[in-house]
Amino acid sequence: MSSSQEPRTDGQQTKVDGKRPEVTQPPEIVLGEGAPEVIPESEIPEEVVPPEISARDAANWAKQISTLSVHDVSAEAVNKNVDGKRVNSPIQGFGKMWQKTYRVRLVGCDASPEEVIATWKENFPKFWPANNRFFGPLTGIAPGEVAVLNLALPGRLKLSTGVLVLYADEESFTLMTPQGHMFAGWITFSAFPKDGVPVAQAQVLMRANDPMYEVGLGLGGHKKEDVFWAHTLASLASHLGSEGEVETNVVCVDKKRQWSKAGNIWHNAAIRSGFYAMGAPGRAARRRFSP
Amino acid sequence: MAQRTLEMQVRKPHEGSAIVDVKGDITGASEDILMDAYNQAEGARAIILNFEGLDYMNSGGIGLLVTLLVRAKRQHQKIFAFGLTEHYRQIFELTRLDDAIGIYATEADAVAAVNS
Repeated sequence: MSSSQEPRTDGQQTKVDGKRPEVTQPPEIVLGEGAPEVIPESEIPEEVVPPEISARDAANWAKQISTLSVHDVSAEAVNKNVDGKRVNSPIQGFGKMWQKTYRVRLVGCDASPEEVIATWKENFPKFWPANNRFFGPLTGIAPGEVAVLNLALPGRLKLSTGVLVLYADEESFTLMTPQGHMFAGWITFSAFPKDGVPVAQAQVLMRANDPMYEVGLGLGGHKKEDVFWAHTLASLASHLGSEGEVETNVVCVDKKRQWSKAGNIWHNAAIRSGFYAMGAPGRAARRRFSP
Repeated sequence: MAQRTLEMQVRKPHEGSAIVDVKGDITGASEDILMDAYNQAEGARAIILNFEGLDYMNSGGIGLLVTLLVRAKRQHQKIFAFGLTEHYRQIFELTRLDDAIGIYATEADAVAAVNS
């Protein structure tokens, strides 16, 4: 949307169809019997006070939060390692920094970018590979919402973590990861036309969150992630009636590891999910014998 | 979709620092303009981003600022910022960019921080 389409917020009147709008004098107000009581400014509820004029993108960003909190998520979800965690950008991560771009040309699909993104948001969990679950809030993918992820790990283990919907508009949305997730950073999902064909894209900007994840990414984790997002994009394309081939482009943005962030391992969700799984027999026994 | 515009002017009013005046929208499509401005600031030990003219930014724009930070860090340069509205200041805090970018209210404050 261009700024010229925005309504004026400076209180000035604008010409409509070249004609100056008719100006009428406001009626004179006389306070007296029957007039409403004047409320002191200090007693006006906060929500009545006009807010600061919003930026054009204000509604697209999550509101500022210090830690994550999960609401309205399915009872099926293993909700661990999310509540109380902070989000981590690539600046707070440990490993090498990568930018990975997965892209599919939706040949034969005439959907607009807005329609592609609306479909993607609505069916986001359905496009994921089997055994990986995305438990979004009932309200859907919207700025500030927190989703729980239950991801398949080798050895039938499930990793429980989450994501914050950092940004969402009609043509893109971005998920940001918390402490303990495999990587620190975000994934932006977008759609745009190229050479007359709609293109869907997932772009990851990330560092492994801690040394253990960094080793894991080197030992097949990167490949697994590439397969994950290629599957997701292929599923989206198929849903939209297209059979486009997924292109992957990986760039190492920073080869240096940030050893000052090695302590992130304290929050490692894989380790914590492993301990949680080991405690399952004990929890089951307690449930069985508790009155 | 309307074309989003971005202009960046680079000034070097003080020795050792370059000020980049940002005007318009920063999105994922702004990479060439941002990196061109960064290249013009070559040689400066501190790059000060003036966001007084920032009109719009999406998550792609935040991603570009992270890659700019990485490039600057490689060259042992520091990044400072001023002129952020409360809205964008909150976004910098939410995305934790403020851990790596020194944020100041005015140009004078940012320049003083560079020289301190």
